[in-house]
Amino acid sequence: MALKIVKGSIDRMFDKNLQDLVRGIRNHKDDEAKYISTCIDEIKQELKQDNIAVKANAVCKLTYLQMLGYDVSWAAFNIVEVMSSSKFTYKRIGYLAASQCFHESTDVIMLTTNQIRKDLSSPNQYDTGVALTGLSCFVTPDLARDLANDIMTLMSHTKPYIRKKAVLIMYKVFLKYPESLRPAFPRLKEKLEDPDPGVQSAAVNVICELARRNPKNYLSLAPLFFKLMTSSTNNWVLIKIIKLFGALTPLEPRLGKKLIEPLTNLIHSTSAMSLLYECVNTVIAVLISLSSGMPNHSASIQLCVQKLRILIEDSDQNLKYLGLLAMSKILKTHPKSVQSHKDLILQCLDDKDESIRLRALDLLYGMVSKKNLMEIVKKLMLHVDKAEGTTYRDELLTKIIDICSQSNYQYITNFEWYISILVELTRLEGTRHGHLIASQMLDVAIRVKAIRVFAVAQMATLLDNAHLLTGNMQRNGICEVLYAAAWICGEFSEHLENPMQTLEAMLRPKVATLPGHIQAVYVQNAAKLFATVLKSQEGNTDGTVTQDTSQLMIERLPVFVQSANLEVQERASCILQLVKYIQKLQQKDVEVAEEVSALFAGELNPVAPKAQKKVPVPEGLDLDTWINEPPSESESEDEQPKAIFTKEEPKHSRARHTEVDEKELARRREARKQEQANNPFYIKSSPSSQKVYQETPGVDHIPVIQIDLTVPLKVPGLPMSDQYVKLEEERRQKERAEKKKKDKKKRKEKRSGRGKKHDSGPESEEDITPAHMVDIVTEEMPENALPSDDDEKDPNDPHKALDIDLDNLEMSGHRPLADSEKIPVRSHRAAEAAKSPVEDRDADGIATQLPKKKHGKEKREEKKKKDKDRERKKSKDEKKKKKHKSEEKDGDLLGAEVDEPVVQSEEPSQASEPPTSNSAEVSDLDFWLSNAPVPSNIQEVPKVAAAEAASAAEVISGGAQDSEPDEPKDAEMEATKPSKHKKKKQKKEKEDKEKKKKKHHHYHHHSDGVGEESVQNGTVEEEEEPLPSMSNYCLLAENSYIKMVYDIQGNLQDGSQVVVSVIFENKCDSFLKSMEFNVLDSLNSKLQRPEGSGPHDSLAVPFQLPPGVSNEARYVFTVQSIVMPQKLKGTLTFIVKTEESSTHEKLDFKLHFTCTSYLITTPCYSDAFAKLLESADLKSSSVRLEGVNMPFHHLLARICFHHHFSVVERIDSCASMYSRSIQGHHVCLLVKTSGQTVSIDAKCDEPMLLGNVLDEIKQTFSQC
Amino acid sequence: MIKAILIFNNHGKPRLSKFYEHYTEDTEQQIIRETFHLVSKRDENVCNFLEGGMLIGGSDYKLIYRHYATLYFVFCVDSSESELGILDLIQVFVETLDKCFENVCELDLIFHVDKVHNILAEMVMGGMVLETNMNEIITQVDAQNKMEKSETFIFQSTRQDR
Repeated sequence: MALKIVKGSIDRMFDKNLQDLVRGIRNHKDDEAKYISTCIDEIKQELKQDNIAVKANAVCKLTYLQMLGYDVSWAAFNIVEVMSSSKFTYKRIGYLAASQCFHESTDVIMLTTNQIRKDLSSPNQYDTGVALTGLSCFVTPDLARDLANDIMTLMSHTKPYIRKKAVLIMYKVFLKYPESLRPAFPRLKEKLEDPDPGVQSAAVNVICELARRNPKNYLSLAPLFFKLMTSSTNNWVLIKIIKLFGALTPLEPRLGKKLIEPLTNLIHSTSAMSLLYECVNTVIAVLISLSSGMPNHSASIQLCVQKLRILIEDSDQNLKYLGLLAMSKILKTHPKSVQSHKDLILQCLDDKDESIRLRALDLLYGMVSKKNLMEIVKKLMLHVDKAEGTTYRDELLTKIIDICSQSNYQYITNFEWYISILVELTRLEGTRHGHLIASQMLDVAIRVKAIRVFAVAQMATLLDNAHLLTGNMQRNGICEVLYAAAWICGEFSEHLENPMQTLEAMLRPKVATLPGHIQAVYVQNAAKLFATVLKSQEGNTDGTVTQDTSQLMIERLPVFVQSANLEVQERASCILQLVKYIQKLQQKDVEVAEEVSALFAGELNPVAPKAQKKVPVPEGLDLDTWINEPPSESESEDEQPKAIFTKEEPKHSRARHTEVDEKELARRREARKQEQANNPFYIKSSPSSQKVYQETPGVDHIPVIQIDLTVPLKVPGLPMSDQYVKLEEERRQKERAEKKKKDKKKRKEKRSGRGKKHDSGPESEEDITPAHMVDIVTEEMPENALPSDDDEKDPNDPHKALDIDLDNLEMSGHRPLADSEKIPVRSHRAAEAAKSPVEDRDADGIATQLPKKKHGKEKREEKKKKDKDRERKKSKDEKKKKKHKSEEKDGDLLGAEVDEPVVQSEEPSQASEPPTSNSAEVSDLDFWLSNAPVPSNIQEVPKVAAAEAASAAEVISGGAQDSEPDEPKDAEMEATKPSKHKKKKQKKEKEDKEKKKKKHHHYHHHSDGVGEESVQNGTVEEEEEPLPSMSNYCLLAENSYIKMVYDIQGNLQDGSQVVVSVIFENKCDSFLKSMEFNVLDSLNSKLQRPEGSGPHDSLAVPFQLPPGVSNEARYVFTVQSIVMPQKLKGTLTFIVKTEESSTHEKLDFKLHFTCTSYLITTPCYSDAFAKLLESADLKSSSVRLEGVNMPFHHLLARICFHHHFSVVERIDSCASMYSRSIQGHHVCLLVKTSGQTVSIDAKCDEPMLLGNVLDEIKQTFSQC
Repeated sequence: MIKAILIFNNHGKPRLSKFYEHYTEDTEQQIIRETFHLVSKRDENVCNFLEGGMLIGGSDYKLIYRHYATLYFVFCVDSSESELGILDLIQVFVETLDKCFENVCELDLIFHVDKVHNILAEMVMGGMVLETNMNEIITQVDAQNKMEKSETFIFQSTRQDR
């Protein structure tokens, strides 16, 4: 054995390492491939050895060869072997190799699951880090599902190095396993406020990626991000957040309003160009999302455009590029502000940098006007000539066409010029856009009637000179142009000067080398031309021309008859026979011209490309129903025998049958599709087969054109578009002169009308009349066409699956995490006890809230009353049994039992509900948004938004409530309708009962399942008696006009701040307004007033109260010491307004800052808790409560709810609880109960605080 | 998201390729060739962005690159990344390499591509930017190298024992 190892080591000394391999490859430049293949053979030998070091070395070399393009997937198993080495060095090599060459279809990946799990939980942070990095590259749906829970645990790892990696990889997990998003989201959100900037940045990164694809689900995070934006100094984070806001603003314009100010500040203050640029970008997005017309926005636009101009003028090409890029975004909504920088953009067209030229081209699109179109296009044509690369030239070409054809040729004043441009573009060699030019030619010729004469002449020349193009025609797409040319010449052949010549050109033998579809058009249009020639010769007694034409056709067409292309062949042989027949008739001197031209009579109208799609479905027509019942082999055949055999329970069989039927139908439909696909005779529906709808009035609809003959129509040969530019100039000058004259005349006459209006598009500011009075025939659309533009999303987009509503997660009343949404946890794991309460809540949410599923709800409701008592007993019994079992078993189950109190603490508080409505939370997002410079009416806020806002509420209160999901969000909805209060409350209670009911149901369902799970669910047992409703809001002051209740919450972010939420309720029938809130500051506690106001100024309450309405306002207080409770005196002044009079009223109050209010519910791990208790810094104290007559879980719930504690662990009638003050004091409680006595042992690092908290707890229980 | 990170020299020889999406080896080589073709014909003083090639990306993707002496560093990113930010990131990457290799040159990358990968792994993970602080990156890389060294030391000493 030892010998073997020694031998291995010696071998290893002679092995090539990576450096040797690289050196070897460099020394074998001539026969590299051969050298590498010998190396691969060596590597294969090395991989066969047992020595892991040798294997790792081999894998390392393979990784290098993979980069050079060699397939190394054959070594996948060896890579897994190296990955599972216990040595970090080798592990890292293995993971690197895996990340480079593993992918979803690598089958050995499934072998890695356990290894990765082991590495993730390794005590060495770098093992974990390497595993996470590797996993991020090759995570598969299976891995994501199996490891999601492990990674989620890592998100709360003690080392920030692991946390940030775990947070980041979650995005990949979400992509592969979308079900994990909902359960993981709360923790992800938590990480946004992680103390480590790296972790925070990672969380921002992930949420930004998620939000980019489905922004609406993340709108509620806006306040949190806003806070981060104003507080963060990390430019990376800022850029990400600002980019995110850019995606969010289109959804919520009010957000935009709020953003503008801080963003403009950043723009002014930042020195980082990257940040400046992103700010500008987002401001632009905001401006786009806001409806224009706000006076102060023009300033923002100006600022953006100015800054961008600076960027564009910068010598740094990168900034120039980005400046242009951003400019093009402004262009879409504010073209005028960009147009003033035309000079700069035209200048960029001459830039030596192609990327910059391309960007400038984009901008040109919005710069053109009737006045400068010709000039700009001329410039572009010059560039076309100069351009060296085909891509850039093609880009130019498409841009020219885009610019000219935009908004229905709005800017083209002279279509002859445009046709000439198109013809000139056909001379481009090697362009891929022949098709585009062709379609433009067709479009213009069809839609602009006035131009047809000219177009036909040009096309005829083009056909005549086709050989000029054909040289390289085959290779490039330019021959497509001939398709258009042939069609135009044929269709509008009446305008042809010399149809014979064109016909001849079209029947040249060389045509046979063109692509089939073009030949087909040639043949068809040759026939049209033939008809025209016949017609033109009608009445001409000398029949030689017609005879010649027929002869020409008969001679030339056989070439096409032999064509390999079906279409060409078919058309050619048809037409050939036709011509032969005509010739026969001609020889008999029969007049045939009329009949022949009738073949091609009628006019084609342009049809909008989407016309077919937009034909509305007539009312009453359901396209999905069967016209005839589908042939039902099974239905008729199966039903009969079934009915015979299952007569005993016909109901049952029918129910089953429908189920089968649906599946069956789907299957049959699929089969039919298959059959149709395989059937060559079945006419498939294809998107291209759009029918041309001809309107009945048809031709009459097309307006007649008058041609202004001031422009010479005939240009010899191919025209130069430049001529038109000159001509146009002259024409315009002439016009201007005429206009002046007219104006003078007008002034003299004063009364004469303005003359006819020009009808080509909207009047441009330059008032340029088009050379042709052109009516551009608009594309036809079916009647009642639907205006919708339905762009279908890519169904393969992985992000589609992540479009998950996350808001509801935090709202206990809404769709909570369902059982199926739970991240799978390996059932044999015993680590349950160490799970953080947060996680538990996730899991418990499932247990407690699952019943909210809609189906079966009603049923259960019916059953509920009857079964209730029975079920209670039953479940109790079962619970007892279960307990016995679990005690017998092992610690695993015990761990699950520890979870109990958490469930309980949550459950009662869910049931509870503040007696007063707190409407402010409803509109928290709105409230937050309404602070925007342009205030929006809070009352107008739609209730739907309120639901969303509720989740944002938590964000606002600094995450303090975050850990307190028990706050009944449902109740907030009532705020707006206090009158319905009672009703709702009842309903709420009812719901609550129902929930419990369902839990029982759930329990039974699982009772014979895995022990752990059922125990977890079984914890619900003891909660038969609903908790009395609780509220933290207590009375502040009250008189006949107004009632004030308040609650104090600590601010987690700022250790010196507490937020006081005051609900004002109008009790009288008068209107309350001009409310002002003032507090007499003490040395220790001060009300935060806006900057600039004095220490005794009062704060205006930001709303008025109509009769019977209540609303909430929040005030921030800064406190120095939190160890003592304190009372602050204050006054509320307000005006009571009735119809006749208004009186000034005043109400004094005392704000009581209890020590409890400085505590923040903070979840704590049981192990962390144990450590905390061991540390000696804590002072202890204890208190006994006598005569407490309530179940233990109620007691715990009360402490949790009123005193902001969380349950760490609970064992029978003993529980440990934890809370933290805003200044970081730890408060630990051990609560025990026996009979009616409750003893609380407590520890805290601040004895004074502890004493006061205990007093307050005692008081709470003495009150009830 | 970053879709790929490529380093190649003035002749298009790949020195490092990291794809955050799966391609076959052949496609990868094609992408490298195409990218090299796109990047290499650009002048020195033009902007560092260009619209992605045919193979990689689409309209949403950009190539962002920097040219240092004999090497091109190319990042292919989508629109969620800040262009200037990525340029900075490349700078950080190169400076980090410089620190780790002490005056980095092409040869370092040629012979120690695995180390370059390890450094990169501390900056970018699964296509997302993990860390931009150079000191933090270097600390983590050094710590891992130290671990590696201690392991090889043990290995060598055991070998000497035998």
